[in-house]
Amino acid sequence: MSAETLLEVQGVTKRFGGFQALGAVDLRVRQGERFGLIGPNGSGKTTLINCISGTLRADAGRIVFAGHDITALPAYRRTRLGISRTFQIPKPFVSMTVLQNLLIPVEYAGRRHGGAMLDEAMGILELMGLATKARVSSAALTQIEMRKLELARAMAARPRLLVSDEAMAGLSSTEVDDILTILFELNKRGITIIMIEHIMRAVMRFSERIAVLDAGEKIAEGRPDEILADARVEKAYLGE
Amino acid sequence: MVALDLLLNALAAGILLGGFYAAVSLGIAVAFGLLDVVNIAHPVFVMLGAYVTYIMNVRFGLDPILTGLLFTPVFYVLGVVLYRVYYMSFERKGAESLRGLVFFFGILFIVEVSLLLAFGVDYRMVEASYIGKTFQIGPVGIAFRLLVPCVIGMALTGALYLFLSRTFYGRAIQAVAQDSFALRLMGANPFRVKGIAFGLAIATAALAGALLVMIGPVEPAMNREYIGRVFAVAVLGGMGSIGGTLVAALILGIAESLTSTFYGPSWSVAVSFGVLLLALAVRPSGLFGR
Amino acid sequence: MGGRAFAIVALMLVVAVLVVSSVLDNQYFYFAGYVVLQYVVLATAWNILGGYTGYVNFGTPAFFALGAYTAVVLIQSLTAPLPIQLVAGAIVSGLLGLALGYLTLRLRGVFFSIATLALAVVLQTMFVNWDYTGGARGITLARPATAPLFDSYVQFLFVVMLGLAVLAVATAWWIERSWIGRGLAAIRDNEEAAECMGVPTLRLKLVATTVSGALMGLAGAPFPYYVTFVEPTSVFDLNYAVNSLAMPMIGGSTTWIGPVIGAVLLGTAQQIATVTISSALNLLLVGLILVAFVILAPEGIVGLVQRLARRSRA
Repeated sequence: MSAETLLEVQGVTKRFGGFQALGAVDLRVRQGERFGLIGPNGSGKTTLINCISGTLRADAGRIVFAGHDITALPAYRRTRLGISRTFQIPKPFVSMTVLQNLLIPVEYAGRRHGGAMLDEAMGILELMGLATKARVSSAALTQIEMRKLELARAMAARPRLLVSDEAMAGLSSTEVDDILTILFELNKRGITIIMIEHIMRAVMRFSERIAVLDAGEKIAEGRPDEILADARVEKAYLGE
Repeated sequence: MVALDLLLNALAAGILLGGFYAAVSLGIAVAFGLLDVVNIAHPVFVMLGAYVTYIMNVRFGLDPILTGLLFTPVFYVLGVVLYRVYYMSFERKGAESLRGLVFFFGILFIVEVSLLLAFGVDYRMVEASYIGKTFQIGPVGIAFRLLVPCVIGMALTGALYLFLSRTFYGRAIQAVAQDSFALRLMGANPFRVKGIAFGLAIATAALAGALLVMIGPVEPAMNREYIGRVFAVAVLGGMGSIGGTLVAALILGIAESLTSTFYGPSWSVAVSFGVLLLALAVRPSGLFGR
Repeated sequence: MGGRAFAIVALMLVVAVLVVSSVLDNQYFYFAGYVVLQYVVLATAWNILGGYTGYVNFGTPAFFALGAYTAVVLIQSLTAPLPIQLVAGAIVSGLLGLALGYLTLRLRGVFFSIATLALAVVLQTMFVNWDYTGGARGITLARPATAPLFDSYVQFLFVVMLGLAVLAVATAWWIERSWIGRGLAAIRDNEEAAECMGVPTLRLKLVATTVSGALMGLAGAPFPYYVTFVEPTSVFDLNYAVNSLAMPMIGGSTTWIGPVIGAVLLGTAQQIATVTISSALNLLLVGLILVAFVILAPEGIVGLVQRLARRSRA
């Protein structure tokens, strides 16, 4: 595994009015790594992801991706550079079929056209187990199918870095394993993955390294076993 | 010192106008600022209030302010019903804001054209003993037709502020936009709370309409001038802050009055547009998607 | 509908209209037909930004009137020929769309819509105060003495508007099927997700407002020669605002044919109705139908037809 840094977050701060959501957060994710991001509700995980993906502009700090300073880049440019993400609450393009949903990132981020577009999209759907639903309206999917569509869409953008934002929330045990298998497979294909989750067994199994956020600050970082033993982490989740 | 006199009079008129603008904008501060319902038809309900006041005044000689207060419950019910229709058709289904906007535009249209059919394009005005008077403070002339709406407008603003901050339902309204789940835990039904809030918003239009027809003659198309004004005030005032609404309304009133005095009255409409754009430009980033 | 099919149908329709019109040779038909075709352009233009992209423009009169007044200025200053008026009207209104978009499209959609409302009022105030174009009293213009190719100038304008309608619909048709159209649909369905999937949302939205505005200006440019008397109240008429919005919403806003259906149906109905009922009552009915459709049949006539077709297949 290469130790080269793919994503570097330096001192990123984000405020909403008087409320500080992120306070000078530092993060470094290596190429090909499986990175977990955990923390209690409201700790700023999604805000951090929004700053990385470009949905939000950080108030202070720098974000460097594969050597490029992307701090001021709009989100769609970051996607074209290779950052992709899923949304906690799935946001499918409801007027389109499952396949058409994928064609958007294939066309706009992957820059493929014509017949090659369809092949690529179908390939991803097969990987996700959604191939049979290709022509179905994306508004008519079950919960887990929508989560898979989120992942499939993120994949269709040909990412180097994929951020999965609570893709497993509210799913059954088997469904969680289903998603986990997909994520492992994607990582095997060389994609660096940041996983945000509350389901501890999934995070612990999946991650090579984990960072813990609490009230907008990083309070711990290390291997899963180190994090489990960390008293500060326990306090953050369970209180005094 | 003609210029100074002119300036002072313009300022005074602007402040008085601002107090009135606050009354008109309260409904949007609540509906849009707190409930996120883009009711562009609010000004046309103010027109409706103005015409109701006109009829009561012409037929029964009723005092405008009295009419406004009398019809507040009627407008409240109207608001609750309108919200129900809006909620059932759009908010519940999570439909895009496109349809909600078009819906309110349709309502605006229906009310404006109905008023047009009923009253025609002629200007209508009311008579009351105190409207025609003015008094002087040094070089500044204060017209009662501006003073009374301003005072009542501010009183209405104060009353709404107290309601929102001191009563259970008032606080529930402030909370409902931010956290309907927590609201449920408090024992309040979010849907009912929003209905009350929207009813209140439309209810303010009754009194605001009475004030409007006191200030000057009205005709149905006037509502469109006010759309820019009320949204400029709501945005500048910080979306849902009653105190902010008052301050923003005063700023707008003064800006319009100064423009009207020194550049001509027809340009005062453009002022609200400019203020709106300025307010939108100056708002902090992260405004997208709120 | 594929490119060749579309072109053939369009050509057939144009020929049919021309044949019918020369058989009828009725001046009133040309006047009324012009209005209906004008609405085809306006409704189609509105829908590119409204139905395709999800941004509601309440200020159609602003763009329409700007096109008309650009023509007035060109007529007054240079006696410019109609083609120049058309191009200029399209460019000026297109630029207005671009400017407005640039100022407001980075924010929530509702602010864009409110800005369009305010824009119409402001522009009207401007032209009321500008004496060169007649101010509040309006300006009278003489049509050119002879009409190229046709007997009457009105007949000529009718054919010109027919051509503009074909242009507008072809533009919408092309956008819909292209990568631009797919991007606009993604923006409409979920703008945040679209941006994260690589769609340059601001740029595409600006394209939509510019094209939409330009087409509306194009519809307004022949207007001065059509009416020969231009004054602010009639050019900024609420009719344009509500119709250009109601026709696509009633016809069906997700595809190019919806605005055409809405414009032809509603436009013809209104032309027939104006002789029997007052224009205010006419507008009231349009408003009521609009609200009814928005609540009960949001996908419009096209959507209803599609639903029926699906049910009969199942």
